[in-house]
Amino acid sequence: MLEDEGGLEDEGGRARPPAGEAAASAAATATMPADAMATPADPDALLADPRALRCRQLTLTRGGQTLIDRLDLTLPPTGCSVIMGPNGAGKSLLLRLAHGLIEATAGDVRWGPDAIAPAHRLRHALVFQKPVLLRRSAQANVLFALADRGLSRTICEARAQAVLVQVGLASKATTPARALSGGEQQRLALARALAIEPAVLLLDEPTANLDPASTAHIERLVTSAVAQGLKVVFVTHDTAQARRLADDCVFLERGRVVEHAPAPTFFAQPRSEAAAAYLEGRLYA
Amino acid sequence: MLAIRGPGTCGSAEIAILYAKFPTYVAEPEIMQDITQALSLAVALVAKGDADLIEIVALSLRVSLVALACACALGIPLGAALAIRSFPGRGVILIIINALMGLPPVVVGLLVYLHLSASGPFGFLQLLYTPTAMIIAQTILITPIIAALSRQILADLHAEYAETFRALAISRRRSVAALLWEGRFSLITVALAGFGRAIAEVGAVIIVGGNIDHLTRVMTTAIALETSKGDLALALALGMVLLVIALVVNALALGVRARAAGYAHA
Repeated sequence: MLEDEGGLEDEGGRARPPAGEAAASAAATATMPADAMATPADPDALLADPRALRCRQLTLTRGGQTLIDRLDLTLPPTGCSVIMGPNGAGKSLLLRLAHGLIEATAGDVRWGPDAIAPAHRLRHALVFQKPVLLRRSAQANVLFALADRGLSRTICEARAQAVLVQVGLASKATTPARALSGGEQQRLALARALAIEPAVLLLDEPTANLDPASTAHIERLVTSAVAQGLKVVFVTHDTAQARRLADDCVFLERGRVVEHAPAPTFFAQPRSEAAAAYLEGRLYA
Repeated sequence: MLAIRGPGTCGSAEIAILYAKFPTYVAEPEIMQDITQALSLAVALVAKGDADLIEIVALSLRVSLVALACACALGIPLGAALAIRSFPGRGVILIIINALMGLPPVVVGLLVYLHLSASGPFGFLQLLYTPTAMIIAQTILITPIIAALSRQILADLHAEYAETFRALAISRRRSVAALLWEGRFSLITVALAGFGRAIAEVGAVIIVGGNIDHLTRVMTTAIALETSKGDLALALALGMVLLVIALVVNALALGVRARAAGYAHA
């Protein structure tokens, strides 16, 4: 059975349901991921999918501080998993750990059956909150991402052209990347990520500081990517955005998974006080 | 008659007394009287393209440009390695390179001289008093400057791009190439700074070159020699050329920076 040992319980000791209710809740949610509930597929087969993320007792300490604290999490291999939580909860660190950019102090990260390895970065893509673009044209930025993948120049150029069309930047292919607007730069970063044709797309607050039109554009691209079968892991602070995009939601606090549930369940009945307060926009310490 | 202005006004008798007591520190009246004439002669030398002048300027440029190329070939990869890679002894190398930026040219000249002299370990190469010896000295002099400044530029760029490059699974080789390309305008400015240091340097080249006419005489050594001989015309003409080169180098550096700002939009 697919389960999310740490993720579905309130490890911080907050607002735990009564034992019987917990059992019922576990029965309802222990079949995470969301698509697994809809399709009674073999959970082991789902976990064998290289797009399924599993973190076990994942811990990250820096300077004596525990930033990720024995985190357990299993994300389904399809759909859009949204990670929410307050500042400092460890959302961005979790993405970096999942992409192999930083090494965990303890515990492990697995994509399907395989432990995280540099090779995963050839098949997965990560888009940062603040895109770092090279001081060259938009098209050259996309081509740069394709350079080390053994593709011919023709294929690279065709892919670059296609993704620039996809993100609506075809007319700005020759414009210096750093002369683009904030929204365009983020779309270019997304184009650069999509150009490598990833199986998994990790997005770290890609719409923070963007206007509604640019946000809508990015969301359309994400929805389209999910429809094409990409696994998307999306970090956001925006609850409205999470409602629009999420198939399942993870709520982090102090480096631990406080709650992980299918989106409808999470938004209708958040089980932890922290998540409930967060969703209602209430101030809490 | 030369009038020397000081705390009080001196007459010719006072000058004669001063010159008798301190011949080194008091300008010879004849020389100072000839200064205007020397300037006119210098302008004429530059204007007509005097053969000696051109030969000296050409050798200066050749020596300094070759030294710059060697220093860039050594210094930029060294700077890149120090900026990007972490290895034992990196901190020590950084301290040494930063310290060597202020290396006195005469010390470099002396060290190269000791190595290239007949009794030195490389005496068999018979390079002393040749342009090659001058190139070696200038290369040693400016390589730390190129390496230290390149390291700083590339370290800043590396801090900016490292995570993105790793996220995109870009190879180390391509990452370094990308950083060099991103920093090309700043690195050109570094090269110009190195060239400025090399072409204006006199201490090292006079020791290892010997200032031999038609062989190792460059602008700075010629200026020193002609001034000591009292032949101000050639010294001034060479000084003018040196100043023009300094101006051109600075103008180029400014232009490169302006172009970088315009191109990068950041």
